[in-house]
Amino acid sequence: MAGLPPSVPPRKSLGNIRRAFAPWANPAARPLVTFEGVTKRFGGVTAVDDLTLAIYPGEFFALLGPSGCGKTTLMRMLAGFETPDSGRIAIDGQDLAGIPPYRRPTNMMFQSYALFPHMSVEDNIAYGLRQEGQPRTEIARRVAEMLALVKLEGLGRRRPDQLSGGQRQRVALARALAKRPKVLLLDEPLGALDRKLREATQYELMDLQSELGLTFVMVTHDQDEAMALADRIAVMSGGRIAQVAPPEVIYENPATRFVAEFVGDVNLVEGTITEASEAFVSIRTAPEGLVIIADPPPGLHPGAAVTVALRPEKVAITHAEPPQAVNKLAGEIWDIGYLGDFTMFQVKVGGEGGPLFKVALANRTRRVERPLAWDDRVWLSWDAEAGILLAG
Amino acid sequence: MNGLRAPHLVALVAGLGFLYLPILVLVLYSFNASRLVTVWGGFSLHWYGALLRNAALIDAFWLSLRVAALSASLATLLGTLAAIALVRFGRFTGRGLLSGAVAAPLVMPEVITGLSLLLLFVGAGLERGFWTVTIAHVTLTTCFATIVVQARLVGMDRSLEEAAQDLGAPPWRVFASVTLPLILPGLAAAWLLAFTLSLDDLVIASFTTGPGATTLPMRIYSAIRLGVTPEINAASTILIALVALVLVAASLIAKRNLLPRG
Repeated sequence: MAGLPPSVPPRKSLGNIRRAFAPWANPAARPLVTFEGVTKRFGGVTAVDDLTLAIYPGEFFALLGPSGCGKTTLMRMLAGFETPDSGRIAIDGQDLAGIPPYRRPTNMMFQSYALFPHMSVEDNIAYGLRQEGQPRTEIARRVAEMLALVKLEGLGRRRPDQLSGGQRQRVALARALAKRPKVLLLDEPLGALDRKLREATQYELMDLQSELGLTFVMVTHDQDEAMALADRIAVMSGGRIAQVAPPEVIYENPATRFVAEFVGDVNLVEGTITEASEAFVSIRTAPEGLVIIADPPPGLHPGAAVTVALRPEKVAITHAEPPQAVNKLAGEIWDIGYLGDFTMFQVKVGGEGGPLFKVALANRTRRVERPLAWDDRVWLSWDAEAGILLAG
Repeated sequence: MNGLRAPHLVALVAGLGFLYLPILVLVLYSFNASRLVTVWGGFSLHWYGALLRNAALIDAFWLSLRVAALSASLATLLGTLAAIALVRFGRFTGRGLLSGAVAAPLVMPEVITGLSLLLLFVGAGLERGFWTVTIAHVTLTTCFATIVVQARLVGMDRSLEEAAQDLGAPPWRVFASVTLPLILPGLAAAWLLAFTLSLDDLVIASFTTGPGATTLPMRIYSAIRLGVTPEINAASTILIALVALVLVAASLIAKRNLLPRG
C-alpha cells in the first residue's frame, strides 16, 4: 500500500506476529491517546466518570458496553464534539482541550455513515482533502487510491443514495481514511450491515487496519464485533471501565461479574470459601450446599464470599458418572436449545429448586438423533481451572 | 381505497364546489364579452386586452411583485437565521421567548398587526410607501418562513454537519458546503410561501402604505367599490394563476424534500 505513515512499523495480522503485538505490556511504550481522570456530565447524569485510559499506536481498540455506558460520549470527546468537564485528553502528547473538531488529528466513521447526500462518492471522499487545500491533482490521486482501497473503483460518480448499504459503509470508511488521521474513530462500524456482509467486512476492516498501520478506536455494543476485531477491549459500565484487556483475557479471565455476564454466556454460582490451599480452593454454595473446587486465586481466604463464573462450553455433560472429575454435579436436563453448531442444555442441579446450569455442547457429528434428551439424569463435570473466582 | 362510492363522491364535489365555485365563476366571467358582470355574452379576451392598457392596474401589479419579491427574500433570510438559532443552538437564554415571538404573528389578527405597524411608522416619522409595506410584509411572513426552514433543519441528520467538521471544515464552511445545500429546498419553499402571502395581502398593506404605493389587491378592492368590471375579473384571474403556480412549485419542492434519501 502506497503512502504508509512512516512512524508505525508494519506488524501483526500474521499468526505469531500478531500475538507479539502488546505495547500495553511494555512500560517503555509511549501511548498515542491518553485519557486522564476524564469526567463528563449531562445535567445530573454522569456519562463518563473519572476515566483513565491509554491507547497505543497501531492498536485496534474497542470500547464495548451496553447503551448508556458512556462509550459513545468517550469517543465524541476524543473527536471534539463533547468537552470533558474535568480531566485531560491528549493525542501524541498534545492536550486536546480547546481544539475544535476541525483541527484534531482524528477522523470518524459515523454510525449513520453521514455521507453528504448532495455530493458524489468522489466529492464525499475528497471533502476532507479539499479542506486541507491540497492541490487538485493530489486530491484526485488520493481519491482514486481510496476508492481502490475499499474496492469501489468505477462508482466514484454515483450519489450515496444509488449505493447499497455495504457500499455506503465503504465510502464512509474511505472518506474517514482519506486524510490519514492519527486515530480513526469507528462508531458501530458494522451495526447497519446484515450478518453475512458484516462477517466479510469485519475481516476487511482488520486487514485494512494492519495494512495501513493506523490506530483504530471503535465503539460497539456488539461483543462479537469487539472480540473479532480488537487487539484490546475496554468493557465499560456506568461511565467507568470495568476491564481493559485483549479479547481472550476478557472472556477467559473477566475481572468482574459484570464483565463475565456481559461478554459471552456464563453460569454464576455464589458461595463461600471453606478451604484454601496452595493447590486448590473449595467453595460451598448457598443455599444449595454444592461443593465446587477451583484453582486458588491470590488474596482470597476461607470465609470470603465469592462468585464462581463458569463458561457453558467448559462443562462436560454425560450420562455416566465421570470417575476422575474434580467437579461433578448430578442433574436433570430441563431444556435443550439446538443452535446448529452448538446445542445449549439447561440442566437443573440438586433437585427441585436447584440452580440451572447452561452447558454448551459442540455438535461434532451429523447425527440428528441425540443421546441426550429432556428429563435425562446426567452428570456435569469440569476441571478445577475452568471456574473463575470473582470476589463478592 | 378502491374507488369512490356515491356518498363520498357527493361529499367531495360539494366540498370542492364550496371552496372553488366562486373562483371558477370569477375566472369564467373574466372571459365574458359582455360589459355586464352578471350576463354571459360569449367568450372574449377583450378584458385582458383592456387590462394591459390600464396603466394604474399594471403599476399596482409591478409594485406588488416588487414588494413580494423583496419582502420574501428578507423574510427567508431572517426566518433562516431564526430557525438555525432555534434548532441548532440548544437551550439558550430567551429561546422560549424567541420561539413564541416568532410564532405570534401567525395568530395575530392582521388588523392588529397593520394598526400597530402604522402607529410605529407614524411614530418613527417614516414616509409611508413602498418601504413601509415591504417592512410590514417581512413582519407578516417571517414567521411562516421560520417554520418552513425549521422543519427542514429538524429533519436533517445532525451527524452530516459533524462529519463535515470532523473532516476539517470550520463552522462557516460547514454551513456553506453542507447545511445550506441541504436546506435549500426548504429555503425555496419558504420564499415562495412568503411571496404569495405578500402578494395576497390587502389588510396590512392598506394600513401601512402611503400615496403613490398602491398594491394590486388594494387597487382591485378600490375598483370594485365603484362596481365590478370584467377587467378586475381578468386581473384577479391572473393573480390567482400566479399564486396557484407558485404554490404548486412550493409543494413540488416540499414533496421532493420528503422523498427518502436512501
